[in-house]
This record gives sequence, C-alpha cells and structure tokens, in this order.
Amino acid sequence: MADILNIGGWELTSRLFLGTGKFSSNRLIPDVVEASGTQVVTVALRRVDIDFEEENIAGYVPKRSILMPNTSGARNAGEAVRIARLARAAGCGDWIKIEVITDNRYLLPDNYETIEATRILAAEGFVVLPYMSPDLTAAKKLTEAGAAAVMPLGSPIGSNRGLKTKELIRILIEEISLPIIVDAGIGRPSEAAEAMEMGAAAVLVNTAIATAEDPVSMARAFGQAVEAGRTAFLAGLGETHNKACASSPLTGFLRE
Amino acid sequence: MRITVNGKDEIVEKGMTVAKLIALKKINPSSVIIEYNQTLAKRKTWDNIILQENDSLEILRFVGGG
Repeated sequence: MADILNIGGWELTSRLFLGTGKFSSNRLIPDVVEASGTQVVTVALRRVDIDFEEENIAGYVPKRSILMPNTSGARNAGEAVRIARLARAAGCGDWIKIEVITDNRYLLPDNYETIEATRILAAEGFVVLPYMSPDLTAAKKLTEAGAAAVMPLGSPIGSNRGLKTKELIRILIEEISLPIIVDAGIGRPSEAAEAMEMGAAAVLVNTAIATAEDPVSMARAFGQAVEAGRTAFLAGLGETHNKACASSPLTGFLRE
Repeated sequence: MRITVNGKDEIVEKGMTVAKLIALKKINPSSVIIEYNQTLAKRKTWDNIILQENDSLEILRFVGGG
C-alpha cells in the first residue's frame, strides 16, 4: 500500500518540504527540488527594493510543486491574514504557512497570534500550516481553529541545531491527530531521519540545504534520510534495554 | 500629488497610472504583484488605475523563504 500524506485534500508521496531562502543563486532551485523529491516549496512575499532589481522566485519553482507562501514579516494575526490573502490573490493557491514573529533574536513564533490567524484563514478556505513553538495546548487550539497540520520548531530558524525540542515534539505526535511537521532547526539528514523515526508526518528544511557546500547533493541526502526515517517508523523500532541482550544464541558452544 | 509607495511618500504627476509608474521605475511588470489601497490589483487593471492623492501602493515580489 502506498504511504500517502494527506494534507488539505492533497495526496503527497514526499515527506520533505523545502524552503527556498538563502540559496546562493535561484538557478539552483530546480535541481534542488528535483534531487530532494519534494512536492511542497515555500516562498516569501516582500516589498520590491526599487534600486535593486531581483528575480521573482516563482519562476524557478517547478510548476508541479505545491507553492506554500509563508507570512514571514507578519508581527500579528492581522498582518499574517493580509499577506495570506495577497499571496492567494496573486495565484499562489490555497496553501499558507503562518509565521508570526515579534522576537528578533530567536525568531520564536507567537502562538497566540498564530492561532487567531489560523482561525480566520481556515474559515476562508486556506490550507493552513502554522509554524509554532511546540506546546500541547497551543497545538490543540490550532487543531480546533482548523489547521491542516501543525509545524513545531526543532530549534531556532536557521540555527542548524537539530531537535532541541524533541520531547515536546514527541508529545505533540502522540497527542495531536493532525500531521506534525517539524519545521526549523533541522541541520543534518540524520536529524530529519530522527524526526521521521519518531513519527513526524514530514519535515521542512531550508538552511541546512541552502547553506551546504553542495546544495543539490544535500537535498538528495535529505530526501533519502526522510524516506529512511519514515520507513523505519512504519517498520516499528525495536525496544531499547539498559543491559545487553545477546544477538547470537548463548548455547551450543564448541566446548559444550 | 502625494502618494505612498512601499511605505514611503512620493510625488507623482496628475494622471499617473499604476502601469506608467511601474515603467517609470524600470520594474519588470511580470515579476511583481501590486496591492492598491489594501487590495490586490490584477495586472490587466494597471493601465486603468489613475492614482489619486493619498493613494497607497505596495509593490511586492515573491522571494526565497523558508
């Protein structure tokens, strides 16, 4: 049976979501998308700098990808809602990653405003994926608000420090019926695999791929790690023990 | 005539349209989206929007983000 991740009525076979920030060139993005196998790609919306002509990133994202614009830059629910509506009106589709941040040092999300934005946008038919600080009560409220998935952070955005919030994420996976997608902080493929082994539905990776020496190869490594971790989760990990449990039979030695 | 573009005051000539302003600023129209007085303005309407005193424009673009 195919292992399908269903989000907002979409059936995904890849459980790696890709962020597109910080790449040395947008030209890398088609190859990174291809190598990673991702089907969901995030973008951001920003004011144009009149003095500095940039390209529109949307032109580099393969047409078959689901675009997930984020609301980065929003400091409250109202601003997140405004960005989401603009992105959809601009033809980005219904997916939106809610990101409401007022803390400039650690870029930790405001769960309260995020819940409010989720409620408004879900009611307008958006497929809402909120980025959040892993907290069970907030995750329950996001579920009630109509989120399509919950995206707790592993460690601060762009830090590459891995699953520092592992225990809280474990609790969310156990207690929340929505897909749990670990977003932010995953720095290496082994950490992506670890999240998937724990039962995360997917992971979102950006900095670890974008800032690798060879982003295309790193994208491939992340794709493989996510698949390996998912397969391991489905296979059911063996129990752990404090003492040794011999793997070879302890009887029938030659001297007996 | 004073309008606001991306949060900054600008003086534009009477009769200026959104399309002309974009051309004046040498912005490639296909790479941007425009919010006119808090509402998205589709590209095909840019020729017809004649800017008025105190209008607000946001010229936006999709960029890389995580």
